[in-house]
Amino acid sequence: MSVRVVFASRSSRVGAALCAAGFVALVAAPMWGGRDDLQLLSEIYAYVALASLWNLLAGYAGLVSVGQEAYVGLGAYLLFAFAILGGISPLWAIPLAGAVAAGVAIPVAALVFRLRGHYFAIGTWIVAEVFRLLASQVAVLGGGSGTSLPAAMIIGIAPSRQARDFLEYWIALALVAAIVAFIVLLLRSRYGLALKAIRDNELAARCNGIDVTRTKVLVYIVTAFGTAMIGAQIFLQKLRISPDAAFSVNDWTAFVIFITVIGGIGRIEGPIIGTVVFFLLRQTLADLGTLYLMMLGLVAILVMLAAPKGIWGLIVERLGWQVFPLERRVVFDERSAAAE
Amino acid sequence: MEWINVILQGVLVGGLYAMFAAGLSLIFGVMRLVNIAHGDLIVLAAYLALVTTETLGIGPLTSLIVVVPLMALIGYALQPLVLNRTLGDDLLPPLLVTFGLSVIIQNGLLSLFTADSLKLQAGDIEVATIRLVDGVYVGVLPLLQFVVAVAVIAALQFVFYRTALGRAFRATADDPAVAQLMGLDNRHVFALAMAASLAVVAIAGVFLAVRANFDPTQGPSRLIFGFEAVIIGGLGSLWGTFAGGLLLGVAQAIGAHLDPGWQILAGHIAFLIVLAVRPAGLFPKVRT
Repeated sequence: MSVRVVFASRSSRVGAALCAAGFVALVAAPMWGGRDDLQLLSEIYAYVALASLWNLLAGYAGLVSVGQEAYVGLGAYLLFAFAILGGISPLWAIPLAGAVAAGVAIPVAALVFRLRGHYFAIGTWIVAEVFRLLASQVAVLGGGSGTSLPAAMIIGIAPSRQARDFLEYWIALALVAAIVAFIVLLLRSRYGLALKAIRDNELAARCNGIDVTRTKVLVYIVTAFGTAMIGAQIFLQKLRISPDAAFSVNDWTAFVIFITVIGGIGRIEGPIIGTVVFFLLRQTLADLGTLYLMMLGLVAILVMLAAPKGIWGLIVERLGWQVFPLERRVVFDERSAAAE
Repeated sequence: MEWINVILQGVLVGGLYAMFAAGLSLIFGVMRLVNIAHGDLIVLAAYLALVTTETLGIGPLTSLIVVVPLMALIGYALQPLVLNRTLGDDLLPPLLVTFGLSVIIQNGLLSLFTADSLKLQAGDIEVATIRLVDGVYVGVLPLLQFVVAVAVIAALQFVFYRTALGRAFRATADDPAVAQLMGLDNRHVFALAMAASLAVVAIAGVFLAVRANFDPTQGPSRLIFGFEAVIIGGLGSLWGTFAGGLLLGVAQAIGAHLDPGWQILAGHIAFLIVLAVRPAGLFPKVRT
């Protein structure tokens, strides 16, 4: 009798078809959307990517970091440094920023991995604060008040404003698609199986021969890579950088955590659903200002206490759907069994 | 003489940091809860002191009579209403819920009091100084704050190791299930621990408000100072936490003296050095 492991289910085939159709529609967005739409969509992509990466870190590897703004800001500052000091085209600077940030993440990991659990969380925050304070000491990048991308650099991306808008939009879409696809492929690989084992029970994972620490460090570095690229992309679109904006704990960590928890932590679909909810709330309630932020905090607390698996967790419990084919199921092949 | 003054100032400020840290350390010790909203609660206490001084027409230090019990009451209510539901093996619920509380407190204070920075006026005591030797002066207020910090740590130490309540705290920390079997009501013990933590927070908040300007967004950095003091000092040791606060204060004072932009950075770097060289802190008592 032969045994196979399959990932796909009926809902994941429907999901794949919907994703493909949606992706085509989004690639074509410059044809049907205005400038504002493209900017809003780019911002949504950035949050989907940041939340997906944080979800990989916290939801799968169990590394609850509240200092991911360190890498958003680092990536953004590296982009500006490469462009202003090195004259490197911003488009090349994005992957380069990711690679350098991954390099920086190695010694940082050596330090913060000495802290466990909650203390790890606040330790990562302190690292982000150190990065912010160091960035405000760099005089050539504007010090504490920040700087803008030089006009020559901006024109170098593409000659017309429209072409730039389109290009930046496609970069944002390509980055989020690449990051989500990477996470799906990672989780389908044997490393993904190891990560799920660590998520479910660290001790049992260790007993089964998984090098838990090494896996966690690798995830931390990979996440830094992706997060820095997204940071670079966000501030390429903003064209202006300052330490407080680039290393904002509220914008790049608190909201990202709220999004992931509301959508459903430990599931690929969660960050996407969470981002949609976040932007729906923001587009309708942002006029309320501080009250809106208080409501967001309250919603996150209520979801955590009442439905800790988030919106997608509830859907999975009730309906068993999966958009991305990740669940391993063992299939006993009856025909080959009969032949034996 | 210049450096003696700098270090002395650092030590005195360090007392305040030790108070930030003591409340944090207390609830982590008893129930393994890291309260991200700790710094925002300190700032909340500062605003409560502001409202108290304005409505009752009393001085900031007298307002402690009102602010300390009020904050303790908030702590006693917060624990069963919200925080008890987050306790358990999972790290995320307490972090996320206290993060949410932090955002709510910050934005609530912003909408009530705006982003303007404020300071409480304590009168003549603010400018009074004592001459130790020629060229070395100590402000009466920083000295008072330091003495209060020592008293707070000593009181916590006494409660922890000499009273029935302290025994309940330690028993629950060691093994909540067995503590419950011995007739302790864990929910009540946790609520008392949070009340004690916020009582310390109230004292720290009032001194913060008298010494320097404060505004609603200052909470997170106070949390970080407190956290650094806890880790530098070593987990589980109250006097270690006190020493950690002093070291952080001195590091910041030296940094600020070299270049005003380096004050906070010097504190963070001192923390990272301790973490790299002695990850368990300088005076560890428990192993994590």
